[in-house]
Parts: sequence; C-alpha cells; structure tokens
Amino acid sequence: MSQINRLSGGLIDRTQTLDFRFDGKSYQGHPGDTLASALLANGVRLMGRSFKYHRPRGPISSGSEEPNAIVELRTGARQEPNTRATTAELFEGLEAKSQNRWPSLAFDAMGINDRLSPFFAAGFYYKTFMWPKAFWEKLYEPLIRRAAGLGSLSKEADPDIYDKGFLHCDLLIIGAGPAGLAAALTAGRAGADVILADEDFLMGGRLNAETFALGDDGGAQWAAATVAELASLPNVRLMPRTTVLGAFDHGIYGALERNADHIALPAAGKPRQTLWRIYTRRSLLCAGATERPIAFDNNDRPGIMLAGAMRAYANRWAATPDRKVAIFTNNDDGHRTAIDLIAGGVSVAAVIDTRPDAPRLADCELLAGAHVVDSKGRLGLRFVTVRLTDGSSRPMEVGALGVSGGWNPNVHLTCHHRGRPAWDGALAAFVPGAELPRGMSVAGAAKGAFSTAAALASGAAGAVAALADLGVKARAVKLPEAEDVPVNLTPFWYVKGASRAWIDPQNDVTVKDVKLAHQEGYRSVEHLKRYTTLGMATDQGKTANIGGLAVMAEMTGKSIPETGTTIYRPPYSPVPIAAFAGRSAGKDFRPTRLTPSHKWAAEQGAVFVEVGMWLRAQWFPRPGETHWRQSVDREVLATRKSVGICDVTTLGKIDVQGTDAAEFLNRVYVNAFAKLAVGKVRYGLMLREDGMATDDGTPARLADDHFVMTTTTANAVSVYRHLEFCRQCLWPDMDVQLISTTEAWAQYSVAGPNARKLLQKIVDAEHDISNEAFPYMACGEVTVCGGLRARLFRISFSGELAYEIAVPTRYGDGLIRALVEAGQEFDAVVYGTEALGVMRIEKGHAAGNELNGTTTALNLGMGKMVSKKKDCIGNTLSEREGLNRDDALNLVGFRPVHRNEVFAAGSHLINTGDEANAANDQGYLTSVAFSPNLGHTIGLGFLKNGAARLGEVMRAVNPVQDAEISVEVVSPHFIDPEGERLRA
Amino acid sequence: MIIDHPLLGPRDAQEFTYLGDARLIERPDWQAADAAEQFYDYLYQRDNPAGEHRELWFHEQGDRSWLVVTRNTLTHEITKVEMARDVARAKGRSK
Repeated sequence: MSQINRLSGGLIDRTQTLDFRFDGKSYQGHPGDTLASALLANGVRLMGRSFKYHRPRGPISSGSEEPNAIVELRTGARQEPNTRATTAELFEGLEAKSQNRWPSLAFDAMGINDRLSPFFAAGFYYKTFMWPKAFWEKLYEPLIRRAAGLGSLSKEADPDIYDKGFLHCDLLIIGAGPAGLAAALTAGRAGADVILADEDFLMGGRLNAETFALGDDGGAQWAAATVAELASLPNVRLMPRTTVLGAFDHGIYGALERNADHIALPAAGKPRQTLWRIYTRRSLLCAGATERPIAFDNNDRPGIMLAGAMRAYANRWAATPDRKVAIFTNNDDGHRTAIDLIAGGVSVAAVIDTRPDAPRLADCELLAGAHVVDSKGRLGLRFVTVRLTDGSSRPMEVGALGVSGGWNPNVHLTCHHRGRPAWDGALAAFVPGAELPRGMSVAGAAKGAFSTAAALASGAAGAVAALADLGVKARAVKLPEAEDVPVNLTPFWYVKGASRAWIDPQNDVTVKDVKLAHQEGYRSVEHLKRYTTLGMATDQGKTANIGGLAVMAEMTGKSIPETGTTIYRPPYSPVPIAAFAGRSAGKDFRPTRLTPSHKWAAEQGAVFVEVGMWLRAQWFPRPGETHWRQSVDREVLATRKSVGICDVTTLGKIDVQGTDAAEFLNRVYVNAFAKLAVGKVRYGLMLREDGMATDDGTPARLADDHFVMTTTTANAVSVYRHLEFCRQCLWPDMDVQLISTTEAWAQYSVAGPNARKLLQKIVDAEHDISNEAFPYMACGEVTVCGGLRARLFRISFSGELAYEIAVPTRYGDGLIRALVEAGQEFDAVVYGTEALGVMRIEKGHAAGNELNGTTTALNLGMGKMVSKKKDCIGNTLSEREGLNRDDALNLVGFRPVHRNEVFAAGSHLINTGDEANAANDQGYLTSVAFSPNLGHTIGLGFLKNGAARLGEVMRAVNPVQDAEISVEVVSPHFIDPEGERLRA
Repeated sequence: MIIDHPLLGPRDAQEFTYLGDARLIERPDWQAADAAEQFYDYLYQRDNPAGEHRELWFHEQGDRSWLVVTRNTLTHEITKVEMARDVARAKGRSK
C-alpha cells in the first residue's frame, strides 16, 4: 500500500526509509524526497485548501514557485505555517499539517464558499463590507480573517537561533543549473573568489529533473561531478539551500541560507537559518525559468500540475501523481513529459496539443489542435474533458494532467532596481531588459537560453565576461555535448469561454475575475493586481502573473508587452521575520545599560525603570512600604531634611578640549561661556537652528582649554552628533576636540542640608570644600577615599545644597557604598528617579517634559539668557515674530485651589467660564507631582502670557479622564524661590 | 549601500547616520542685514532633486567624520565622497 506511486530510478536514497506524518497519518519516504514528492509517491495528491473558496488543492510545481501545496510544518514552538511542501526536505519524524480547512482536509466546512463563488468575485470585499462602518471592525474583519485563513502560529517564542552573516566575492552566481555550474567551473578554475548559491538542496537545477545526456553522462551525473570539483576549489563557496532574495544597491545581495530546516532540530548552538549580506564585485544571474500553466475551467484540481514538474517528480524523485496521466501543452517541451513518464512505466492517455500542426513526439495518442476544457473529481482529478478540433467533446479518465504553456525566464532579480523586462516574441515571454542592476549579467534560461547546450555555453561565456571586467582572464572550460533543441511554441494562455479557470490559484483569481476587473475599469496592471489580488500571495504570482496579463491584454486589445508587468520587488521568495531579526531578539535587540550603582541598588531591592536603554533605580522601597508614593515621599523628605544620594551617571558627558573650546560653547549654547572662570560651572541652554530649545546641561570649566559639558540622558547621542556637525561643517578651523565620556565616569548627586558634611568624610582632607572655598557653581578635581581621582561639581537639580561627584566608572560601585556608609550618621537616603523628578518640579526646573521640541527659551522663562551680543545656533530664528508674541506661552507653576484635589499632566488650561475647546485653550500642564513638602499636588505648565498671570484661577481640563480641576497660577519655584539653600 | 570613506575606504551605509542637504554647511552670517531671510532659506528651503544630490552623512559607528556624499537619488549611485571639513573650508568657512 505504501508508496504506490513510486517509480524506479530517481535521485533518492532507497537504502534509507524516513517515517513522516501528514495530517496525523504515517507515511514513508526516502532521503532526497521533498514532502510533496513523498506524498505523491504515497498516492496523496490533496495537500491543501485554497485561500478564498477552500477548493481542494495539490502541488502544481516542484519548486519554490508553488502556490497550492502550502502546509504547516513541525509542532509546538517550532510550528511553522505557510511553507511549501515542494521545497520542504523530508527528514525522519517530520510532522506536517494541511491548512485552511476545518474539520479535515477531505471535508472542509468552508468549502461552502466555493458554492457561493458568484458572491466572492474580485472586489467582493470592497463592495460588500462597506457599510455600516462600525461593522467592519467588529463583524466583517474577524469573519473574513477566520474564513480566509492561511496557517496558524504556535504563539510560543521561537526556540531557534537565526544568524546574520557577511560575505565578499568577485563573482556571485545565482542558481546552480547548467548555466550556473558552467559559470562556476569557468570562474573557479580561473582562481576568482566565487560564491555559487542555489535555493535547492541538490545543485544541478533542471539537470536533475531531465533525462538528457551531457557528454557520456546523464545530466545529474555531470552536475554531481562538477559540484564535487567546485567543492575541492578553495576559492569557491558552494551555498546550497540558499535563496538569493534580492539585488540591493552597490552590488550587495541578500540571501537566506536554510542551515537546519532539513533536519529535525538544529545542532545545539547552531543557527536554523542565516541571512547573508553578500558584497559582490560582479554577479551572474542563472536563475533558470518557471513553467506557466494554461487556464481552463476547473484547472485547479489536485493532480493537475505543470508538465515540467510532473517530469521532475518522475525523473528526480521517482514519483508520479497517478499511474494514468495526460498532457496538455502548446509547445514541444510538454511532450518530453509524456516521453519520460512512458519510459517510467506510467500510462499516458494522450498528449493534447493546442497546435493543429503539433508534431508527434511521444509514443502515445496525440490530439493536435485540441483543448482540455474542463475537469472532474471532488478531491482530486478523475476526468478531463477534451474538445477536439471538430468541436466534439471527449472525456478522458486520468488521475493527473501535466500542463505546459511555455516557460518564463526568472527575471525577478534583474528588475530589483526598477529595470523592466523586455518581451521576446519567439519565446512569448519576458526576458531581462537592457537596464540591469550594476555589475549583474544574466545567463542560461534566465535570459532565454533554454536548451541545455545554450545554457552551458552562456553560463561559461557570462563568467568569462564578468571576470574580464575585473581584469581576470578566464580560460574557456571544455563543456560536454548536450541537447540543443529550439523552443517550438505557439502562445496559448487560456481556453476560450473559460470562466472558473484559475490563473492565480493561491489567491483564487480566475479568468472571470480578470475580465470583471477590466469591465469595472481596473485596466492598468497595477490596478488589476490590487483589485483582484492577482500575484499578491506568498508565491507572488510566479506561475500566475503572465496569465493575468494575457487575459487583460486580450480584453484591452493591446499586446502583452504593452500591458506591461507589475514591479518585481524583493524578496524572491518569503523570508521568515526571525531571519531578518537574526540575533537581535529579546535583550539583544535592545541591550540594557546598567548604571555603576546597579548592583548595589539591586541588593537594596530597588524598583528599576527603563530610561532609554538605561535601567535606573526608580525608588528604593523599605520594609513596610506598600505603595510607591510612600517610598518616594520618604526619599524626598529625607533629602530635603538631611541628605540624599542619587546615581546621575546616565546624563551625557562630553569632554571639550582645545584653545577654542570656550568660543565653541559660546556658539552652541544661547548664553555666554567665553568668560566663565576656570573652576566654575554654568547652566547652558541649547537651541536648534529653528530657535526651539533642544537640550540643557552644566558645562564646567576645568582649565582654560578644557570643559566637561553634560547633556540630558535622552539626548546624549544626538547632542554629540550635533556638536560634531558644528565643529566639522560650520567652524572647521576651530581648535576644539570632542569625545563622549558618558560611560567613563560614575557620577552621583549628593543633595540636602548635610551634603557637605557627608562629602567632607569622602573627599580627602587636603581639598577644602567649605562654602567659602567651594561655593555654589564651583567645580574642581579632587581626590576621594584616600587618593582616588574625582571631579566635584557644586550644582543642584533638587534645589538643595548639592554636589555631583564623579569617579572613574570602575569605582562607581565602591563609591556608592562609601557614600551610603558615610551618610549613616546623617540618616542619608538613596533616592531614585521618581524623587529626583518630584524635587525638580518642586524647584521649578525644566526637564524633558518642558524641553519637548516645541518650546523656546522665552517659553521656558529663559528668554533673557539668549545673548544678543554673539552668534549661537538658533539665535537668529528665535527672533521670529511668531515666537515672540505677547501671548507666548510661559512656564509657570500650578496648584489646586482645593488642595486635596489632584490634576494630571497633559491637562489643558481653560479660563473660568469658557467652554473647554481648542479655541479657548490657554496652555497645558507638562509635569505634575505630589509634593510631600507642601502636602498637595503641584504642576508645571505652559500658559499664554503666564508670567503676568500669577494668582489667576483657571481650570485644568482633562477630557480623557473627564476631569476638571480648579487651579491657581503660581511661580514655578515652589521651594526656596530665592535659592538660599543652594548657596548654604 | 557602500560609502567610500576618504580615510577608511568602503564602509557599509549602516554605519552612518544621514542628515540631509550638504547646503547645511553654508550657514549664513548672523550679522547680515537680511540674516532672518537668509536663515529662513538656509533651514527651510531645500531642493529635493531627482538625480544628483550632495548630502551629509555622519560616520557615527566609525570615526565620527561628517562626509559630503554625492549620491544620485534615483539610482543610489555615489560619485563622490568628501570630508565635510574640507568642503566647508573650500566654501571659505574657518572659525
């Protein structure tokens, strides 16, 4: 019973038997089989259901162009939907399932769609599911998604590794058929660095699928011997199972190598697939050709396949879809299938050739000038109906039909730079156009050289020419003698009168749909494609597009080349998203940056928050604290009462050196730095050239020609990039050097009335940091903990007496522990980003919420800081009238009129009595916190002419939460408005 | 794409950050009588040619050079790569 349709011969290893399962049933195959060939050998033609009508389907091809035999492979987390049975290599224990059927492949409840097909024609969704609008999301879309499903996902994390790799070569040869092998042999023997890539696991292309002789050998034997020689050459890299998916700029090609798809599990630590970026000097496209079908009514039944595929199954895989077959062709090549199948012991009922003068080439009945017009068989082909020249019909009982409408060169990669293919009337096919991606040439069937001899010769010549271009002289290799039969074909695309004749079986597009598109005015190929979805399935219409064009051309009375093709885009065949991600998954997608105090903070049970890529301590819960506010309030109060410590390492630090360093800072900040004394720090505000505030920081002058400036955490990279632009592009002769030192220094803020006392225990005694010797805004180099070099800055974000102390990063962990220990006698706390935020809002300091890209220095209350005595980035455009209106937004503070009420950041400000709408908008709240020092909610925000409106009462309106709170406009400095604490 | 860095040789475009029109080098004089007009032009009036375009690229994951790359926006062909600093000097920019 098993393998009832297995023939003799073939390139499979019959010494080994592989067990596999399809839809739960066990079968056997052999190494060398694909899932499709093994199923056919086992008498299984039905492998799937179509997308829209749920029609029973089987494979029509033997390669990556397959539209029908789309299955789910493997189980559990490795379950992979929408893979082609025709390319899936068989391995022991393979589990495969058909898709888009319920409850079973043989009985699919949604098969009803086929009966309802008049309703599902092209444009059905557009026309039907329009109204009412609300129904779309809730009813139509879920319904359509369920009905028109492809495979399903495991919804588990992918357990496999995907890699990315980079290769360089003189010549990339794409495709290892006769042309590619001849080219590789030529270039390889000449010593060039060659990569030969082929999507198949067995190199040789059609040589493995045909019975032609090459010299004294069979084609497959010559291919094997050639591959063996190439493998012995150190300058040739053979890449089977590798699809070159796209031609990109400057000779770069993308390629997907399936390292482990042909085994049950990848070896431990080894990738399942690798996405290669191949840098080439030249490339030679030897991608072969794809056969195209002829459309007739009900031409999609399992058992109806391309004649070349039927021949490939017989010759390479010793499998046939049935023991009794017929051939339907418009060219001589179709007859080869009859010849080979007869030789394999399969009964060929007839060759039905559309050409009245068709030659009789095979030893079976020839029906010249006849057409297959219909088929029967519920789950697989049982009969075809043949219309003879005299108009009479003849039923023919066959289980399979090989169809050939001619072959299309695989021009896809030649068009990836928007070049268009050219029409070859003799082949009735598109061939590569004149405009190819630079460095690419084409050989073999891909450029229309269809005979084996022509393919071999053009491959060898292509390699010689490509290498000559590179200055490498290659000698012509001796090529074996091979068949050189010319193409003999009369174009024939579809049987006249056909209606439910499938053109694109994967997306269920029929001749009728194309005609409907024409009737409704969708006549350009791009419209035809989108309206009918022709060629938009996972196979991208490799077997379908030309048929659709032919029908449209006939309807419009134009030729096929006048009708044109849609644009070919990468990838050539589907690439898993996982391969694009490579190792950039999970934490490796976005690495985490840890602060120097991270280990210590984790030991304390800190709660962390992501700030950009950094992980910062948000607060430090203590035993008994059950709500974050308890922790944050405690940290704020303790800091303002005594002293608190905070890791501020994440702020960007840029070292600025050179004799023009001061002048450089003058130009990039709005305020003046030229006269800043050595040993002093100054707040600096930075604008974009359009006058909007972009960043702020505290440059410190360590020497005449040496500053250390800081940036906000978020802008560390972009500010650095901007400064390099200023330095190199605007003022190229300035003597100034920049380097980012963000990660070189661990930096802690020590804030609170006892900050100095604490630091005096850390800073070595010879450094006087008394208020007199080291006043507010002082900076200097000191040593700490007995000789460790450090930098000390007396700056304050919290509004308290405060310092920031920096030590080389590797001492950061030691310093936090030393600070905490030294702080014990003062009940010092360590505080996180929440307390940091609360204290800066209490103090009225702007941060990212206020420097939001739409605010000017004037808005921020720093208009007077913009020096008009000097140039700086943004200075001129900040003077624009619209940015300096009388009612410009000003940064002010807000508190609730009823102190127990709470308002939210983002609320908009509306005058009392006005309707809450955009026209009456007075501004908005940017930062809101609960102030434990004041005992109520406070906020910062931008208010029209706000500086002149202190004391006004208005409404903070939050339509999102349907809240309206009465607020009073106050100074943004809630704590210590005179700044006495800073200077204490 | 591959950018042929004048100092480092051919480098993959992934190592670079793109800024835009190389005209950004020609920052106007803030003291010119029509400075506001000139700055407006400088910042907002950019050409968007279908063809050859001189543009600024920053070798962010490399040596941090700003480069002026002459690239055809239709074909991505790169015909010239210069150090932005050299271009700026040639335009008469100094300090």
